[in-house]
Amino acid sequence: MVSLTINGQKVEVEPEATILQAAEKLGVFIPTFCYSPQLTLVGACRMCVVEVEGMRALVASCCTPVRDGMVVHTDTERVHTARKINLNLLLANHPLDCLTCEKNGNCRLQDYCYLYGVSESDFKGDRKDYALEDTNPFFIRDMNKCILCGLCVRTCHEINGAGAIEIMNRGFDSKVSAAFYDPLENSPCVFCGMCVDACPVGALTPKQSIGKGRSYELETVKTVCPYCGTGCGLELYVKNNEVVRVKGDPSNPVSRGQVCVKGHFGTDFLKSPERLTTPLIRKNGELVESSWDEALDLVAEKLKGVKGTELAGFSSARATNEENYLFQKLLRSLGTNNIDHCARL
Amino acid sequence: MTNSIGEIEDAGALLVIGSNTTETHPVIGYRMKMAKRKGAALIVVDPRRVDLAEHADLFLQLRPGTNEALLNGLIHVIIEEGLADEEFVRERTEGFAEMAAAVKKYTPGYVEEITGVAADDIRRAARLYAKAESAAIFYTMGITQHSSGTNNVLAVANLAMVSGNVGKRSAGVNPLRGQNNVQGACDMGALPNVVTGYQRVDHRDTQSKFKKDWGVKLPVAPGLTATEIIDGILDGGIKVLYVMGENPALSDANLNHVLEALAKVEFLVVQDIFLTETAAQADVVLPAAAFAEKHGTFTNTERRVQLVRQAVNPPGEARADWVILQELASRLGLGWSYGGPEEVFQEIARLTPSYAGISYKRLEEEGGLQWPCPDAEHPGTPYLHANQFAGGKGHFTPVEYQPPAEEPDAEYPLLLTTGRNLFHYHTGTMTRRSSAIGPFKPEEMAQISKEDAEKLGIEEGDLVKISSRRGEVKVKVQVTEIVPPGVVFMTFHFHEAAVNLLTNSKVDPVAKIPEYKVCAVKLEKAVP
Amino acid sequence: MYEKQILICAGTGCISSGSMHVQESLSEELKKHGLQDKVRIILSGCHGFCEKGPIFIVYPEDIFYCEVKVEDVPELVEEHLVKGNVVERLLYKDPVSEKRVFSHKDIPFYSKQKRQILRNCGVIDPENIDEYIIRGGYSGMKKALYMDPLEIINTVKSSGLRGRGGAGFPTGMKWEFGYRSPGDKKYVVCNADEGDPGAFMDRSVLEGDPHAVLEGLIIAGRAIGSDEAYIYVRAEYPLAIRRLRKAIAQAEEYGFLGNNILDSGTNFKINIKEGAGAFVCGEETALLASIEGERGIPRPRPPFPAVKGLWGKPTCINNVETLANVPLILRNGAEWYSAVGTEGSKGTKIFAVTGKVNNTGLCEVPMGISLREIVFDIGGGIRGGKKYKAVQIGGPSGGCIPEELLDLPVDFDSLTAKGAMMGSGGMVVMDEDTCMVDLARYFLSFTQSESCGKCTPCREGTKRMLEILERITQGKGEPDDIERLEKLALSVKDSALCGLGQTAPNPVLTTLRYFRDEYEAHIFDRRCPAGVCKDLLSYYIDPELCIGCRACTKACPAEAISGEKKEPHVIDETKCIRCGACFERCKKGAVKTR
Ligand SMILES: Cc1cc2nc3c(=O)[nH]c(=O)nc-3n(C[C@H](O)[C@H](O)[C@H](O)COP(=O)(O)O)c2cc1C
Ligand code: SF4
Ligand code: SF4
Ligand code: SF4
Repeated sequence: MVSLTINGQKVEVEPEATILQAAEKLGVFIPTFCYSPQLTLVGACRMCVVEVEGMRALVASCCTPVRDGMVVHTDTERVHTARKINLNLLLANHPLDCLTCEKNGNCRLQDYCYLYGVSESDFKGDRKDYALEDTNPFFIRDMNKCILCGLCVRTCHEINGAGAIEIMNRGFDSKVSAAFYDPLENSPCVFCGMCVDACPVGALTPKQSIGKGRSYELETVKTVCPYCGTGCGLELYVKNNEVVRVKGDPSNPVSRGQVCVKGHFGTDFLKSPERLTTPLIRKNGELVESSWDEALDLVAEKLKGVKGTELAGFSSARATNEENYLFQKLLRSLGTNNIDHCARL
Repeated sequence: MTNSIGEIEDAGALLVIGSNTTETHPVIGYRMKMAKRKGAALIVVDPRRVDLAEHADLFLQLRPGTNEALLNGLIHVIIEEGLADEEFVRERTEGFAEMAAAVKKYTPGYVEEITGVAADDIRRAARLYAKAESAAIFYTMGITQHSSGTNNVLAVANLAMVSGNVGKRSAGVNPLRGQNNVQGACDMGALPNVVTGYQRVDHRDTQSKFKKDWGVKLPVAPGLTATEIIDGILDGGIKVLYVMGENPALSDANLNHVLEALAKVEFLVVQDIFLTETAAQADVVLPAAAFAEKHGTFTNTERRVQLVRQAVNPPGEARADWVILQELASRLGLGWSYGGPEEVFQEIARLTPSYAGISYKRLEEEGGLQWPCPDAEHPGTPYLHANQFAGGKGHFTPVEYQPPAEEPDAEYPLLLTTGRNLFHYHTGTMTRRSSAIGPFKPEEMAQISKEDAEKLGIEEGDLVKISSRRGEVKVKVQVTEIVPPGVVFMTFHFHEAAVNLLTNSKVDPVAKIPEYKVCAVKLEKAVP
Repeated sequence: MYEKQILICAGTGCISSGSMHVQESLSEELKKHGLQDKVRIILSGCHGFCEKGPIFIVYPEDIFYCEVKVEDVPELVEEHLVKGNVVERLLYKDPVSEKRVFSHKDIPFYSKQKRQILRNCGVIDPENIDEYIIRGGYSGMKKALYMDPLEIINTVKSSGLRGRGGAGFPTGMKWEFGYRSPGDKKYVVCNADEGDPGAFMDRSVLEGDPHAVLEGLIIAGRAIGSDEAYIYVRAEYPLAIRRLRKAIAQAEEYGFLGNNILDSGTNFKINIKEGAGAFVCGEETALLASIEGERGIPRPRPPFPAVKGLWGKPTCINNVETLANVPLILRNGAEWYSAVGTEGSKGTKIFAVTGKVNNTGLCEVPMGISLREIVFDIGGGIRGGKKYKAVQIGGPSGGCIPEELLDLPVDFDSLTAKGAMMGSGGMVVMDEDTCMVDLARYFLSFTQSESCGKCTPCREGTKRMLEILERITQGKGEPDDIERLEKLALSVKDSALCGLGQTAPNPVLTTLRYFRDEYEAHIFDRRCPAGVCKDLLSYYIDPELCIGCRACTKACPAEAISGEKKEPHVIDETKCIRCGACFERCKKGAVKTR
């Protein structure tokens, strides 16, 4: 273990730990844009800079390993100035349409500007002026809002492996894009949307949730994806009895926040107008609406009316364990083992 | 899966056979690519040049339906070159000699003749796999959906055991289950021969245990499987069919046969969230709640039981399946009175040794548990067979190559194989109704090779008629290098081009899985 | 046996002023006179005095001819070689005394120099390994091959050698890190990217004495336990690349490279990697990424390359000039080496002197020499008798040093203390006609366009700094721009990811420190004291000189000039767009600026 001091408090951490991790252990807050524990450390956004005694310049705490006896200050005037100027620089090149931005209330740029009291930029001059990219049905890319943290790019390369996007160009003209500035549809993008979940600002917006609710109005429910057998964890964001957005659940031990296009963007079948909403009974060859009592009575009567061996059931690989259990219990209680499901399909 | 998803990225080698993982199990596909970036050897075996093949160290493009031969070939090389894990074989297994004798004739040269894979590549694959510190095998329906599916699975097990890749981290035999809770449905005894936790229904202990708990006597004789049920209806033996959340009218092989049965059955109840092709045939349709509208648990492909939570209310009068079942039970005088899914789960845990230690409370706190989890202190089991196999020793079973039940001939010169794509799922009931995915991939595109397209004078986007001995469909084509000449690929996501009108319902004699993966077809240009 | 030798400079500078044509014509002339077996022509590396090229030296008498053209060759052969008369008109003329100088040793440009690293440049044929060996070459390597790695490291440590690539990191210490990093595969990398547009000493060393760099690499490899090196050299240096390839082939032939070098059991291989040319690719982590075939973009350090470098293996990266010092240290010992220099900076340093001095070119000086000596003795003072204003040291990453600091000793620490830096060794001398705000703008426009864009302070910050400077030089500066600029510059310096961003503010900060009044004049008086910033000039017509010819009236696109024919004219300042057309047109010099 290595011992160091942060803001006058002593802390012991593993020798491989970074200053940021040591600070986290102490509960000392350090702002970050480009940092993710799952991705390569790049030290690009410079929001997490701190002062280390004996070092000439500020250091990025996310990618600087601790040293024994290190003395760190995270809250000095010098650190604050650097962070404020950093935010100031970002704001000088960022639209200020928070009023209608989907990310409002859940945007790290907004949060940090609030924290450091940066309300508008001191700098004026050239700004990015890119066209909105909204040709795919899943999400909109507004690169005017991009702060070039690179989380999306690293997610695409290091988590997904698709490698559909890159930071193109250099310097002030840097821009995240698919090769040849093509739309994503013409790239290896598989529309997993993990880049969207990773973006700390409002540069990537899922289309399905536009106008459906402010982040702070939404209730989060953690559940499991209804599609393939991997069992990825999903976070469903709910407002007024409607799932308005889905994200991968970072706390899920199987998927660690990862998802594919189906789990991410394919669950709004829930709201389909084609959903069945009442029982139906075939009368004169037509399926007509009925009450539950009528339908259940009819089914019960038919189930009772045959020998067990004349009865068969297909259970569901999409229903819960409890429901599958009850289904086979029901059929077995009625005297049949003719139970199967599409496990084999 | 014998092993866990979280172990994939640390494997030394991955053998992915008959699985288009990046499309069917994308997140597992991510992990495979991660493993590859971390230095694992990646070997992909598939008739199609699937996406994962682009990332592979070695891609073996075999003829559809020749998996056992290839697997036997790999085992042959491993034994021949002294790469077998002798200690493992000696200590942990039995039946090696018979199996070894059976693979003797599967020399790389012979296997090349059958599979079309170069003998050298077979040798290289065997070495990459057997020499790795830990090597994991993954397969999906590409292995099981064959008339010889059970043999394939046995051959996979032979391969893993011969190289000692069982019972340790980042190794094992890992079928990737297709549907979110297909593992759970099996675990729960939604099968004709077993009740929960694979306890045989005809076993005396099972009978008495369940009788005591349920207060009813279980039928002893194993029931009929899905395909047998369909045949049973056509024979007249089955009169009432209760379908909960399935769509056999689109997903089952040789659809015409199934549709005939659904029309014939005396009383059909379908409980679903949409009026599926099957529900449309029903006498009574019961509206059910979807995944986000109810509580419960799912068990994923790595045997992990996870909580499913309700986020919104079901639409209209729709009800959760468990509520509907309980309502019926009470009308049938069974006297169920579950207060909710948690109580049902407690009953499951009580009756199922492998689930005995699992509770909602633990799932909430620990974020899922992998069975076997025999008691409340047990941490769950990330990988199976750590110290011994369930039945004591691992058993090698000799496997012989059998050609597919139906092979191309003069009349039906092409080989049709089926699967899924990234954007859709199963019969498309959910994905096609998603506002984003539905319009993005609105129609089926059958894949054919450039060579075949040229031969038949077909271009990308043309409408063609594909027919087999059982039926025909009309579909647009995509001309691609993904499929080799002689092979046609279609998904079963689209009712407009229901591929299962063509497929063969010839089933594997043991597992009763139809041979979706191979059947003979012909293809001709169609007029719209 | 040859009676005479003639050195013709074949460095890039002299080649571009025609030295190869001079050589061709010389061979012909020699043949004509039957002297081809008596006089030997040697194509040498750069002599540093490129401004006066092509350079042509006759030995043994050591007569230094400069600016020799093809037309001069017959006369040189006829007069000097045949008759033995020195051709005076082709000798170097001292700009101050106006006297002709015979030997290069008497030219002040050379006499104050201490040519250790450049000792072979301009003297030997760089394409001939034997000439290098005769002058002691590869003897340092031979020693090192039988030394313990730590002994080599300690020798370099006690020599006091610090990296010449910019940061001045102690070389011995870097090697020790590399040596102590565990790993069976390690790399040595020679940084020959030389991205500073004003510097060319690395090129000259590579062209003029390539074996010195190879020898340095072999010694470095032996010290840290590496068997493979990369030389990352910019593709715009084709001659250097060609000579390096040739040198490597010769060293291999002599058994100095390859397996089991001179039976010592040491293996060593040198690869050449041509760089794509971005300035930031000279930054060590970006350079490694570029060798690996990735985009040349800096990575955070730690991990330092000495621990995790090329393909994740321990890697020592050294600059060309640093490596060229190494054979000397091994050959002559640490004490010999550290005798030259100051407390913290040992040995010599090569500077590329340009700008408003009489003598421009490469000069190698002992560490600690004063700026005054470089500018006024070696550089021969300010051109045209103008007044010295400042010198920018260290290229675009460096800072400027004003007149009051002319006696500053030139070494790593003194320069850094004053806000400049040794950097690449570029040295631009400026006279009173230079606007310091415009200078800062000029250097910043270079770094801004070279920013890779990875980190926020540099990507966004250099852009905003440049915009403020542009504003000021355009006369649109705002009252709080100085404070805004200074705060931003300090913050970018303090928080950027790599050396490019950390040093880009230096020109701004030093001009603010030493020439703040010029900024203030631009902003508050709307005036450019040096008369450089066009938008701030105001044109007027001197009525004494104006003859009323109307040339200016016709030239003015803004119709701002009025006046009767043959009467003095006037410029309406409110209409003037400061294009300067009238200024250029007036034959009487009546149009003036203020
Ligand atoms: C933007 C930037 C450009 C650089 N360019 C060069 C270069 O062209 N040549 C060089 O030797 N070092 C350059 N360096 C310094 C290198 O990063 C590194 O410190 C040096 O090669 C180490 O060698 P040394 O210890 O021998 O000086 C540059 C640094 C930065 C930040
Ligand atoms: S959606 Fe997924 S695949 Fe597409 S760019 Fe984003 S991370 Fe990459
Ligand atoms: S789009 Fe978002 S995640 Fe990607 S670089 Fe820009 S700010 Fe970062
Ligand atoms: S300081 Fe500039 S050049 Fe260096 S990493 Fe940052 S953006 Fe790139």
